[in-house]
Amino acid sequence: MNALDVSALSVSYGANEVLRDVALDVRPSERVVLFGPSGSGKTVMLRAIAGLEPGAIGRIVLAGRDVSLEPPEARRLGMAFQNFALYPHMPARENIASPLRAQKLGAGAIEAKVRAVAELLKIDHVLDHFPRQLSNGQKQRTALARALVGEPKLILFDDPLRNVDAKLRYEMRIELPRLLARRETAAIYVTQDFREAMAIGDRVAVLIGGAIVQFAPADVVYDRPATLAIARLFGDPPMNLIPARGEAHGAGVRVHAAGLAFGFDAKPPEEPVFGIRPEAVTLSAGKAPGRVAAQVVAVTPMNERYLVLLRTDDGTELVASHDAPPPGADLWIGVEPGRGALFDAATGLGVASSSSAEEIAA
Amino acid sequence: MRNPVLKALRVIARIVIVLFFMFPIFWIVLMSFQTNAQILTLPPSLIFKPSLANYVTLITGHLQTSVGTLDVAFLQNLGNSLILSVGAVIVSLVLGVPAAYAFARFRFRLGEDMAFTLLSLKFAPALLVLLPLSLEFQMVGLDNTYIGLIWIYQLITLPLILWIVRGYFEDASPDIEYAYRVDGHSWLKGFLKIAIPLARPGIAAAGLLAFIFAWNNFIYALVLASGDKQPVTVGALAFVTASGIQYGQIAAAVVLSIIPTLAIALYAQRWLVEGLSLGAVKG
Repeated sequence: MNALDVSALSVSYGANEVLRDVALDVRPSERVVLFGPSGSGKTVMLRAIAGLEPGAIGRIVLAGRDVSLEPPEARRLGMAFQNFALYPHMPARENIASPLRAQKLGAGAIEAKVRAVAELLKIDHVLDHFPRQLSNGQKQRTALARALVGEPKLILFDDPLRNVDAKLRYEMRIELPRLLARRETAAIYVTQDFREAMAIGDRVAVLIGGAIVQFAPADVVYDRPATLAIARLFGDPPMNLIPARGEAHGAGVRVHAAGLAFGFDAKPPEEPVFGIRPEAVTLSAGKAPGRVAAQVVAVTPMNERYLVLLRTDDGTELVASHDAPPPGADLWIGVEPGRGALFDAATGLGVASSSSAEEIAA
Repeated sequence: MRNPVLKALRVIARIVIVLFFMFPIFWIVLMSFQTNAQILTLPPSLIFKPSLANYVTLITGHLQTSVGTLDVAFLQNLGNSLILSVGAVIVSLVLGVPAAYAFARFRFRLGEDMAFTLLSLKFAPALLVLLPLSLEFQMVGLDNTYIGLIWIYQLITLPLILWIVRGYFEDASPDIEYAYRVDGHSWLKGFLKIAIPLARPGIAAAGLLAFIFAWNNFIYALVLASGDKQPVTVGALAFVTASGIQYGQIAAAVVLSIIPTLAIALYAQRWLVEGLSLGAVKG
């Protein structure tokens, strides 16, 4: 039985349709990331699942129980808000205890559960502090503790790491999946940050313009984006997207881009665009088959890697992500076999992905 | 601010402003300890022998004039003012706070029109409504009753509370109430345990302002109340006597009638300065 099944969910504000016939399922203990640009309807979808969008139409089934018509207090799920949404007039202890008070547990049981979850999140020493006395990180953890303490089957996270500093964000990216796994809690996690989506999500649902465009394991979304829009959004630096020429070649298509040629098992697209991840662009000092000459335009260190902006002789610019500085100013570039993707700019859709690609020397 | 001349000018400006606003109060307090004759000397003198006669007159209720002894019901007037103002504010809070919440959180048909209509009641000149109102009150037997006056005082206090408190509800993030409901609490509990405590500084401020407005009201009470239901504002007319205006007693009455307002203001102050949602949501 799934932790959540959403079907035919639509939300409109007047004439403005924010969500259009959306479906989503979350398996038990699974972490699903809702990824999308701002204004794509991620938060609205989360609120609709929680029962906080009175205008939502559709079916929401939580652990086999149809809650479509239930008010938020009857849905029995946890939620962590982007702005923490702590109760400013209550100490951290009472903030965390709130879901247990609603369940009308005894004072002893409440104290034990609050203490256990506070220890787990390392905030047991600030339980008597009011929210204004807590650091941003402690506020964040208090909000997470409140979502976890009632042991819901599903927790909704609305971009909870948006407002915390980078160090805490890295910590929580590692910690959160462990916490959820230990409690066997399923989660929907809203974010605009693709690193967070990769770190936290078992599966990623990409929401663009109020519709889910791709719903697949995180590495599949990364390697085989279903549309050009996803290819542009998912990744930092994003996928290189190079306008290409294509011609029918046997049963498939041969695509020419940046002075290289690639074979794909697909019909020739109307306006072919060749996509390649920066880390799949290889650099070498010497000429070799399947390589094309390029000049280094700029080099930017990023984390442990180097981003190299290159220009080929035909004027194509592309970014390579390399684990060492480039070996010179004039290089020969190629692509790793099986990493190219083919899109059609006329429809915006992915046509074929790396699995069917076959690189051919120019 | 490094320029010493500018700094000195600022200090002087502050002193002038404080003197300007405090002088009338200071003068009234001085007058309340003087006899009518002392008050009316020209030029006025700051050196006089203070007397408590004015306060004694107010508290005993017997006004000695050149033509005889008059009864003044000042203490009863003070009591009436208290009953009317406190009653009006309580009724306005009970009605206005939930209404303010509804206007702040929900969009409903004619909502803005209703809120604006309530505000517009404050625009109408009181005299416009008073004549028909006094006739109607006589018909239904509400003239010269506390209930009737408190009802009419809603024209003063209700719009004030509604509009000020509405702003405070709008400023508080609805996410805090949403979080409380997702925790499993009903809407009503969220309103009582989250929304109201968060708007408390606004409710205190609006309540205080409404109290002062109600306390200072003159015209409604003048027309609709007589004798034993009169508040201090109307009761002060008794000091305009056949043998002249009793400036000393008026001053003492003013000083005494400021005291309840001042006490409430000092009491409400700690809620007025209490941070609204400091640290609750990201700043």
